[in-house]
Amino acid sequence: MARHSVLGTVSAGLVALVVLAGCGGAKVGDTSSGATGDCGTFNLAINPWVGYEANAAVLAYVAEKELKCKVTKKELKEEVAWQGFGTGEVDAVVENWGHDDLRKKYIDEQKTAVSAGSTGVKGQIGWYVPPWLAKEHPDILDWNNLNKYADKFKTSESGDKGQLLDGDPSFVTNDEALVKNLNLNYKVVYGGSETALIQAFRQAEKDKKWVLGYFYSPQWLLNEVKLEKVKLPAYTPGCDADAEKIACDYPDYDLDKIVSKKFADAGGPAAQLVKNFKWTNEDQNTVAKYIAEDKMKPEDAAKKWVEANADKVKAWLPKA
Amino acid sequence: MVAVAAPRQLPRLFQHRKSLIFAGIVLAWLALWLVFRNVGTLALGAADLTPLHRWINDVNDAVGASRNSNPVFLYFFNEIRLVIDEFVTFIQALIAQPSFGRPVPVIGWLGVVAIAGFVSLAVAGWRVALLAVAGFVFLGLQGLWQESMDTLSLTLAAVVISLLAGIPLGIWAGLSDRANRVLTPVLDFMQTMPTFVYLAPLTLFFLIGPASATIATLIYAAPPAIRITAHAIRSVPRNTVEASESLGATWKQTLVKVLLPSARKTIVLGVNQTIMAALAMVTIAALIDAPGLGKTVVKALQTLDVGTAFNAGLAIVVLAIVLDRVTTAAASERRRLPRWALFGGLGVTGVCVYLSYTYLWAAEFQSDVEIGSAIRRGATAVTEWAQDSLPVITDGFKDFVTLALINPLQALLAESPWFLVALVIVALSFMVGGVRSAIVSAVCVGLLIATGLWQDSMITLASTLVATIMVMVLGVVVGVWMGRSRRADRLIRPVLDAAQVMPAFVYLVPFLALFSASRFTAIIAAVVFAAPVAIKIIADGVRAVSPATVEASTALGSSSWQTIVKVQLPMARGALTLAANQGLIYVLSMVVVGGLVGAGALGYDVVAGFSQGQLYGKGLAAGVAIVVLGVMLDRLTQAAAKRWTN
Repeated sequence: MARHSVLGTVSAGLVALVVLAGCGGAKVGDTSSGATGDCGTFNLAINPWVGYEANAAVLAYVAEKELKCKVTKKELKEEVAWQGFGTGEVDAVVENWGHDDLRKKYIDEQKTAVSAGSTGVKGQIGWYVPPWLAKEHPDILDWNNLNKYADKFKTSESGDKGQLLDGDPSFVTNDEALVKNLNLNYKVVYGGSETALIQAFRQAEKDKKWVLGYFYSPQWLLNEVKLEKVKLPAYTPGCDADAEKIACDYPDYDLDKIVSKKFADAGGPAAQLVKNFKWTNEDQNTVAKYIAEDKMKPEDAAKKWVEANADKVKAWLPKA
Repeated sequence: MVAVAAPRQLPRLFQHRKSLIFAGIVLAWLALWLVFRNVGTLALGAADLTPLHRWINDVNDAVGASRNSNPVFLYFFNEIRLVIDEFVTFIQALIAQPSFGRPVPVIGWLGVVAIAGFVSLAVAGWRVALLAVAGFVFLGLQGLWQESMDTLSLTLAAVVISLLAGIPLGIWAGLSDRANRVLTPVLDFMQTMPTFVYLAPLTLFFLIGPASATIATLIYAAPPAIRITAHAIRSVPRNTVEASESLGATWKQTLVKVLLPSARKTIVLGVNQTIMAALAMVTIAALIDAPGLGKTVVKALQTLDVGTAFNAGLAIVVLAIVLDRVTTAAASERRRLPRWALFGGLGVTGVCVYLSYTYLWAAEFQSDVEIGSAIRRGATAVTEWAQDSLPVITDGFKDFVTLALINPLQALLAESPWFLVALVIVALSFMVGGVRSAIVSAVCVGLLIATGLWQDSMITLASTLVATIMVMVLGVVVGVWMGRSRRADRLIRPVLDAAQVMPAFVYLVPFLALFSASRFTAIIAAVVFAAPVAIKIIADGVRAVSPATVEASTALGSSSWQTIVKVQLPMARGALTLAANQGLIYVLSMVVVGGLVGAGALGYDVVAGFSQGQLYGKGLAAGVAIVVLGVMLDRLTQAAAKRWTN
């Protein structure tokens, strides 16, 4: 019984303490939140890479601050995001790398999406080597000399051939056809993710290892490790028409914006903003660096860039 | 003596002949492999498709195009989506998201901590209640309160729906053999079909949002609840049921008064497994915008920020350990709490909930003592150290295992003609499990060929076998250690729990640095995930060997080694076979993750199918191939187990 009452007192005391402590604090609802304007809700897809995030962060920041939109960011892979145009859950994809298959399906066939023009950023896909390798063996930057070094690129995965490391299957790759048609003594090894590629290149530069891999720019890693592109036979329009016979480099990509047809037709402030949005590789790299290396939150990174580039932002705003 | 020895001689002779036949089959395989190497391997290039794959693409496109006009969508899927969306959003409004025009959720952190403590107190006792309170406060200190609550909301919703559907289905499967036969393959399918395969279609059917994330989670999480409930009902002793029936009880009375109460404890373990499975899905669901900790992990990994990813992964582990201990304790026997303690606890909880509703300090977790950044820095430092100093050793180890184990096995399986491998598989199945097993295997082999991904399946099979061998080696070594020492068990068990729920990608980043993008990295990832299950099963099996037997063996002068090898392991062989079976299934569930770090083959096919529209059909076919491999290996190990343990 004695124990009983001691515990009872303790818990009663605890209640009293908690109540007392509570009476001092600020109450919920003391501060009011900002109101939203006439822009309404803007559903912005966020595809999973940092360059995209940079575009989206700046657009979201401007839409929220200047146009008073309610921005809902949805983190999705490309295919799922495009699918969202039809179901009305995604308004805009703001960095698209080609994706002819998705264009055909959603723009031409289902007619749920339309292009909203270039982002101004130029995308490049190709084969890259770490900087130390390009420096010590400059001739490696020409594909004609790749066979000479094939032995050096051997790994446990490529057997008696050199390894060409491929990454995230989201991006177009012609590498198997290229290796075959250029008669290269290499084997394509599928790393399967961007993470695998970045780790491989980082380590290659640090430990002077031999790595040849599929990569692309703009990409935040290039700020940290200045990978060098290997020259493949030049791209000419149509040289990639037959997938099996491709023997030329990847085309340069004009990265563009895709919006849902409904969103474009309604033509609200957010739609005009997306249409007008255009910047450069350097701009994107700056914001990407804030996010990836300086570990800033996307909102803060966007704020920093927008405040430093007010004139550029002004040109994107809908003409009143 | 002679009378006893004679029947034991027979099976041994029989065994001897069997191993001769077995060796003969393997030798013949090797000889034919030399002759027919690289003939009829049914290889398919990474970008190549079969007509089946194209057909699946067309079906997928047609479904997507008809979405807005099809009545099935308008009146069936939309209704389900609405109900689930409302349910999840309601839980989120209660504990996670600003709601009802307030800048904060209805119940703030103090209220949630109090409720967690009180519920644990009521169902699991003081110790667990303290653990729950400490665990939840830890989430806040990590700086991840809101994310954790979002994850908790989604998990709770998925678990509740899983149980609402799962327990009745489980009871049905427990009572009716026919229901069980129908359900088992469906459950196999749900558990082994890689989530990546149905993630994109789910958003087509249920839109992007909480409903799709919840459904993706419950497809994976519901099967354990169903299986374990069915098992629990089945293990109620026959004569108890008969006694009840002979006393004139109706079917319903027997179920409610006899079967369910006797099966209760086992069913709670099913709830436990469902919660763990739901938490294992947190990161994958984040790929279709599921709110919570998964998003933090996915985002951090875009910049290879292991520290941040680890911090969020740790929060998932903490949630899992708290929920696991509460449900496990709820299933075990213990003294009831005195009434005054319950009412006192209820009072304190009520006050805390009120405070967290009213005052900002109790609503939003704003802590000056924040430990999240310390955890992030620590994890980053450890990772960097490992990446800088270990590759010298690990690289060589990788090359050795690849050359000595993976490459030969893969060459044998993937470079033999398909008919040769098929013949060997069917012959071995016949030896292990008789005609039935041979038929099952033959059907599975046929399905693998039909998917058009025979060679990829064989490459994946080779890696799966190597991973399972490593899992079993670890399982026996650590499991025996834990089974023999309570202290080892107490120390190692939380590590095993962590390895099971920590999102794989957190540790894959350093693994990639240690072992490069390779099949070996994928195997190691699978071992990290699958070994804990095998270790736990073997530890429990070794502990269950009667102490009297072990003491007798020690008294007869056996060394520890002799006791383990001659007494404990043979007597725990039921556990060993179960561990091998579960180890295999868990390894297979990591095939897709393996595809992200260099495994290639089926895992890569699935990942590529999720990422590129034109490869969707191939990805789906690869998913089916993984399921077929799983079913085949599962039935084979079960047949082998039956033979060995009888």
